[in-house]
Amino acid sequence: MRNVLPILTVVVAIFALWYAGAVMLNAPWAKDKATRAGIELSFPQLVADTWSQQKPKLPAPHQVGEEIWKTTGAMILKGRGFSKRSLIYHSWVTFSATMLGFVLGTVLGTLLAVGIVFNRTMDMSVMPWVIASQTIPILAIAPMIIVVLNAVGISGLLPKAMISMYLSFFPIVVGMVKGLRSPSAMQLDQMRTWHASAAQTFWRLRLPSSMPYFFTSLKIGVAASLVGAIIGELPTGAVAGLGARLLAGSYYGQTIQIWSALIMAAVLAAALVGLIGAVQRITLKSMGMAQ
Amino acid sequence: MSDIVISAKDLSLTFQTNDGPIHALKDINLDVHRGEFVSFIGPSGCGKTTFLRVMADLEQQTAGTIAVNGTTPEEARRARAYGYVFQAAGLYPWRTIGGNIRLPLEIMGYDKADQNTRVAKVLKLVELAGFENKFPWQLSGGMQQRASIARALAFDADLLLMDEPFGALDEIVRDHLNEQLLQLWKLTNKTICFVTHSIPEAVYLSTKIVVMSPRPGRIADVIDSPLPRDRPLDIRDTPEFIEVAHRVRDGLRAGHADD
Repeated sequence: MRNVLPILTVVVAIFALWYAGAVMLNAPWAKDKATRAGIELSFPQLVADTWSQQKPKLPAPHQVGEEIWKTTGAMILKGRGFSKRSLIYHSWVTFSATMLGFVLGTVLGTLLAVGIVFNRTMDMSVMPWVIASQTIPILAIAPMIIVVLNAVGISGLLPKAMISMYLSFFPIVVGMVKGLRSPSAMQLDQMRTWHASAAQTFWRLRLPSSMPYFFTSLKIGVAASLVGAIIGELPTGAVAGLGARLLAGSYYGQTIQIWSALIMAAVLAAALVGLIGAVQRITLKSMGMAQ
Repeated sequence: MSDIVISAKDLSLTFQTNDGPIHALKDINLDVHRGEFVSFIGPSGCGKTTFLRVMADLEQQTAGTIAVNGTTPEEARRARAYGYVFQAAGLYPWRTIGGNIRLPLEIMGYDKADQNTRVAKVLKLVELAGFENKFPWQLSGGMQQRASIARALAFDADLLLMDEPFGALDEIVRDHLNEQLLQLWKLTNKTICFVTHSIPEAVYLSTKIVVMSPRPGRIADVIDSPLPRDRPLDIRDTPEFIEVAHRVRDGLRAGHADD
């Protein structure tokens, strides 16, 4: 409980900065409007205007909050929680691509890490490519993945998941290579004295030892996966998903819509990372490896 | 089976490093007989641990020969002919004490029922009966090391290689474990090779003390202990004990004199 006060202080500071920023950024438009209408705005009037514009440069928190409520809770109350105008629907679309890409990325990353740890040739040949793959801007490669997969008849969820996978396998590979190599020389010698096979050493020593690294990688991986899914939604023509909402919002200057999609994405990412953190705590505690 | 468990002839091991070769072992000749308790004592860098690791096939000699149970160390390792106890207990935190002792048994393919009886037997042997379902962090350092000895005793190996197993423990716990180890040795008829840098520990435990000296790692003296096999802790106050300790100390000093 002693953390509540500092956390609240930070939250309050963020909101204060946000509201102040909204005033500063939206004031020119408010003044323009007033000048054209020939009215003189008092300071409270100016502030009220900057916090309630239709297409503000920076929407105020309560505007974003209202928009989110309008597209989530209010939709549910109307029984249309899953309509195409609902942010829940778009979040779900992004979430499903994120999870599929995340699972694919975790499997791919783990397999590559196992190969790298057990095979010297793979260690020397694969790792440079893994690193090179992450130096390519994902924004440049995402449309090509969509186009190429579309050309071979794959569309919908999978192309987006592929982009998620492309981003999320990297932290898994790096973390798992380190994790699978984390047993000490003594522990490996001990396995040798028992004449344990490579598979026995893997399942009984290397894999359990890698768990703290695995979960840390998963947290980074799932966040990267969400970013990948959103980016994957941009070149699809803004059909559905949080990425589509971002794109549509920027087409029509709907900053409130952009911000509500951004906040939604942040909440989704936080929830996913928090969920993995909870599983991590339970697993490592039961394994006697909690830090 | 022959009476000789370990036989080293002109054994040498040279590590190639960036600072030039390091002669970890040089012309080692030694026989260890079945049922002996042999201690290797010497200052750090004298090659005592390296010698033990060569026996265990964790290092390979660069010259000379060594036989373990009449075969090469590699064959002996593949035949699981020895149990090795490291300086750290090295128990897996995600396994219970019983699970840790079961680990080599699983690897070696003992069946479930056999595993259970063996775990129960060795836990009793090291006086940890009732701790089977505890986790390592619930045990003291001395108890953890006892569990790691139990793990090395659980499978059928007549040879026990111990690399400073009590080095990290305090004097009182150490005395207790030394006493227990002698009991174990008497009960199990194992051949034990024991690396230490404590003179009282070496003299108290061993039937044969191998004094080693560093740079290059050589055997300075081999002392056959005149002490009886039954050794209460207060044997350490007898003139015989003090005399053997003296000879060990002399051997260690001689090894230091020529560098």
